Amino acid sequence: MRGSPGSMTVLRPRSAAEAVILCAKHPGCLPLAGGTDLMVLWNMGELNGRRILDLSGVAEWRAVRKTAAGLRVGALATHAELRDDAFVRREFPLLVQAAAAVGAAQIQNRGTLGGNIANASPAGDTFPALAVYEAQIRVVSAKGERVIPFSEFFAGVKKTNLAPGELVSEIEFPFPPSRPRRQLFRKVGTRAAMAISKTVAAGLLWLGPDHRVRELRFALGSMAPTVRRLRAVEEFARGKRLTTEVTAQACNLMSQDVCPIDDVRSTAEYRLRVSQNILAAFLLG
Amino acid sequence: MLQIGASLKRADAPQKLSGTAKYIDDYRLPGCLHGATLRTAIAYGRITKINFAPTFPWDECVVARAADIPGTNNVLFIEADQPLLTEDLVMHPMQAILIVGHPDRARAYEALKHIKVEYEEREPVLSIADSLAKKQLLRGEDNVFKRHLIEKGDLAQGFAQADRIVEGEYRVPHQEQAYIENHGIASWVEPDGTIVVHGSLQCPYYVHKALVKTFALPPERVRVINAVTGGAFGGKEDYPSVIAGHAALLALKSGRPVKLIYDRQEDMSATTKRHPAVVRHKTGVSKDGRLLAQDIEVVMDGGAFATCSGVVLSRGTLHATGAYECPNVRVRASVVATNTPPNGAFRGFGVPQTIFAAELQMEKIAAALSLDSLELRRRNAWRVGAVTATGQKLQESVGALKCLELCARRGHYLRKRQLYARWNSRKGNPTWRGIGIALCPHGAGFTGSGEVTLASRAAVALTKSGAVRILAASTDLGQGAITIFTQIAAQALGLPPGLIEVEVPDTALVPNSGPTVASRTTMVIGGLIERAAGQLKDALAQAGGRAPRTRAALKKAAAALCGGRQELRFEVAYEKPADITWDDSLYRGEAYGVFSYAAVAVDLEVDRLTYEVRVRRVTTAQDIGKAINPALAKGQIMGGTLQALGYALFERAEFQGGWMRNSQFTNYIIPSFADAPPMEVLLVEEPYSRGPHGAKGLGEMPMDVPAPAVVAAIHDATGFWFSEIPVLPENICGKFRNAEKTK
Amino acid sequence: MISFTVNGRKRAYKGPPFKRLIDVLREDFGLTGTKEGCGEGECGACTVLVDRKPVTSCLVPVCQMEGRRIETVESLGREQRLGPLQSSFLEHGGAQCGFCTPGVLMTASVLPKSTAGDPLAIRRALSGHLCRCTGYQTIVESVAKAPRPKPRSRKR
Repeated sequence: MRGSPGSMTVLRPRSAAEAVILCAKHPGCLPLAGGTDLMVLWNMGELNGRRILDLSGVAEWRAVRKTAAGLRVGALATHAELRDDAFVRREFPLLVQAAAAVGAAQIQNRGTLGGNIANASPAGDTFPALAVYEAQIRVVSAKGERVIPFSEFFAGVKKTNLAPGELVSEIEFPFPPSRPRRQLFRKVGTRAAMAISKTVAAGLLWLGPDHRVRELRFALGSMAPTVRRLRAVEEFARGKRLTTEVTAQACNLMSQDVCPIDDVRSTAEYRLRVSQNILAAFLLG
Repeated sequence: MLQIGASLKRADAPQKLSGTAKYIDDYRLPGCLHGATLRTAIAYGRITKINFAPTFPWDECVVARAADIPGTNNVLFIEADQPLLTEDLVMHPMQAILIVGHPDRARAYEALKHIKVEYEEREPVLSIADSLAKKQLLRGEDNVFKRHLIEKGDLAQGFAQADRIVEGEYRVPHQEQAYIENHGIASWVEPDGTIVVHGSLQCPYYVHKALVKTFALPPERVRVINAVTGGAFGGKEDYPSVIAGHAALLALKSGRPVKLIYDRQEDMSATTKRHPAVVRHKTGVSKDGRLLAQDIEVVMDGGAFATCSGVVLSRGTLHATGAYECPNVRVRASVVATNTPPNGAFRGFGVPQTIFAAELQMEKIAAALSLDSLELRRRNAWRVGAVTATGQKLQESVGALKCLELCARRGHYLRKRQLYARWNSRKGNPTWRGIGIALCPHGAGFTGSGEVTLASRAAVALTKSGAVRILAASTDLGQGAITIFTQIAAQALGLPPGLIEVEVPDTALVPNSGPTVASRTTMVIGGLIERAAGQLKDALAQAGGRAPRTRAALKKAAAALCGGRQELRFEVAYEKPADITWDDSLYRGEAYGVFSYAAVAVDLEVDRLTYEVRVRRVTTAQDIGKAINPALAKGQIMGGTLQALGYALFERAEFQGGWMRNSQFTNYIIPSFADAPPMEVLLVEEPYSRGPHGAKGLGEMPMDVPAPAVVAAIHDATGFWFSEIPVLPENICGKFRNAEKTK
Repeated sequence: MISFTVNGRKRAYKGPPFKRLIDVLREDFGLTGTKEGCGEGECGACTVLVDRKPVTSCLVPVCQMEGRRIETVESLGREQRLGPLQSSFLEHGGAQCGFCTPGVLMTASVLPKSTAGDPLAIRRALSGHLCRCTGYQTIVESVAKAPRPKPRSRKR
């Protein structure tokens, strides 16, 4: 244990309003939600002397609620709360599967959706689900509020487009246009549980009455510095029947939107091939 | 009252289950300093300068350096080549330079950031190949720590008679022990100058031996105490001597108690691992599948210092042929130096490496002869009367075939081979399935003359108040030594187990029973305890006419027998059986008093989309002579088996520039609950006349045998052979890609 | 000052607010049954219950524990009088070296009803714990065969 508690300053806002004021007042403070990422670094002694903005007292950012347009998830809702919510299970099943794939029970009980997003790991397990559900990220600062489409939220590995002083407050999920014909969440990790993903996929598919693709949404994590929608594949598939040949062509287009790498967990070649296999199986049903 | 063969509940479990068992970091040491270790940041070269940043408040710290060592600056083990602290020559990354002590643990680590070390770097030797090529001379004239040679029969003649010659090369990687409790030692100096070391360790007398030299003290001025130890698997055999030296040095320098507790990253990247190895086989066989010639070459990577590498190599060498008889054999083995952290003991101790090769070679031979490998094994497996490569004639307790047959039958090996061939031919199935089998021997106890050299002692004491206490230096690492010793003594004395205590392994209290390693604790030390308890029983019977059976009777007898003395101690020493001979220079004779045996069938499936392997079921039959406590024995077997599945399928220490890059549980992947298959364990009991109640060694063997069975099963599933582990999904994926390319 | 309950007892903590829960439990309250295995939430050895939910206490700063209900292995039973779950671990060999055991016990003590007697569900539910000794099977058996806590009596 290399973190030094005595070296730390902790700010404990009791409301959202107080949180944004403190955040503005103390540039460089580190927002803390469930701590499942931040505390790992702290234990390694890498955050000694820093100022922590502990958001756990901000009650208004905890709720998971149904709205007319879809679902609103407070940034401080835990993965366990998402996983166990009856409405989310019914309407946004990929989000439930993704939340259940984050770490194991203990991490799901602590880790929050907002914290996970703000941490901007390339391997975030929920991100492909957020991408295909076309989530909107509501962020606040002392200057006001704005909404960032999820597809524009990340700037790179561990980097977001949050401006200084901005905090994630809520994540909004619009209802999909209709029930998808097929849907998929699949995480391929370093082991069967408690793993970091080598590739993680989410897909939604709508077919027309003629079995032609009305809409395809497919996203991959761990395959680029940030989660990616496969725009080229989605565009290509539109209006086509999903034959073996079309599927093979679609898979070949995958690399237009991702650029996997070799790292300590896997190889670029494996990541691409397996992602293609998963996409192909999804498209062929 | 039969204690032997009964699954007595683990004696130390109530404390462990209620949180009262005390591991080393659970002790409060008022006023203690926490130690943090400054380590080398290069693989090979010299330290030219050590700068302490003047801005840091060094007066808060105590710094222990090599110059503070009163005796010799090395960690005496088998050799004395490893410095306790280096101030000059750097032989590997993460080598200890100095120890900083601070009352606050985090501040001790913080202090390390304010020390800058300057180096003169040299090109390091990072692979077996570079070491053999003498890219740099790290050790002696050829970088070789140790060589062994076994020769039997006439190799050339054997190959000349052979119908087929099969060659293969096999590679195994580092493996991290990954006990859940990290290394930790506490130390303090008593007013009379005695250095006390208390901690998570396997072998109190190894640490004792090293400290006596480091601190130039008479043996009675060094005391080593074993705390409850949270797993070891060999990883706490030799490295605790290093940490103990560091902690004691800081305690001596500061005059305060010291705690030196590693965190996971330091533990994984600085301490010992299983030796990587390259093993080459050339085998001559007859058409009908008889082994005629085995030419085997083993090279292991020892890392930067000798540790126990020579002995690991020895055990690997002696098991290199597998449990098979062959008239003409040559095994050439060596372990070489590289600029990586020293490798050391890990459950199996060289055997998993050479058995992986031997068993896959059997698969390769079987394929060349179009024979099922089960049949090939049947034809060559050791039986009573078989002669091993060292010329040892196996006289008794040879359960190899029994294990193999039982495992094949209960694991439905042949039926599943057919079933899965059909499953795999169906295109729509989500997986490919396969089953593989493997067999191994495991020599119990120390190799050759090792037990004679150790001359282990153990005792049973009776106090005048009527307590029976077992005194041995063997530690309970979770394997159940306390429980087994209790059962053996209770049986010998005819007393209920509740009346028997086991003393804490503390060099001030217990005799030197040698190390807690080599599957020797039950067979060798258990045997000593049985003899000592027998002597106590005789004394009790002589004194009282008949042996006491109850607490009251024991109390009465103890008072009479002890007279004015506090306790009566019956201490016995290991005695070499007269007919066991071993020639260490020729590597001929009885390598081990006896072998245990294990067969395993691994049933698995490979995902067709992701190439992930899921082990569906493991069936294993293991001949351990006699299970003193079947529940504990099965627990050992299941735990060792899963470690071996990890070795085969997940665990890869990613070394770059001599560093382990994935020294965290996040990236060094050991199997989780969700990866572990259901296991069926079948105990085979071919009694050994010299083991207590027929018992043979067990602890290491479960680790030896699953890896080749996994590879055989993956072949059965996919049609691809792998000669190296771990077989990761990436490797399977690569084989499919290559197969497509060549199409 | 931060107030919470530990094993049913009210506690007030006055030290630095960013101290980890595991360190507060072990150092300030002497509850050393909770173990540290990795310091990154990966091994589960430090698992305790916060408001009846298992969390890895190495990743929890104590400043977030205001008003919370914390339970550790010491709450499950005593060495001389083990609770039913602990007794089942004794009976079925669920502990070897014992270092992962307190954490496993805490998660197992609040397993959802849906896992009852289903080895696969138990394996999934406990997958946030690493054990290197047992191969997991005896733990699964210990949990599967533990008597379920009886529903609380309504009688006063």
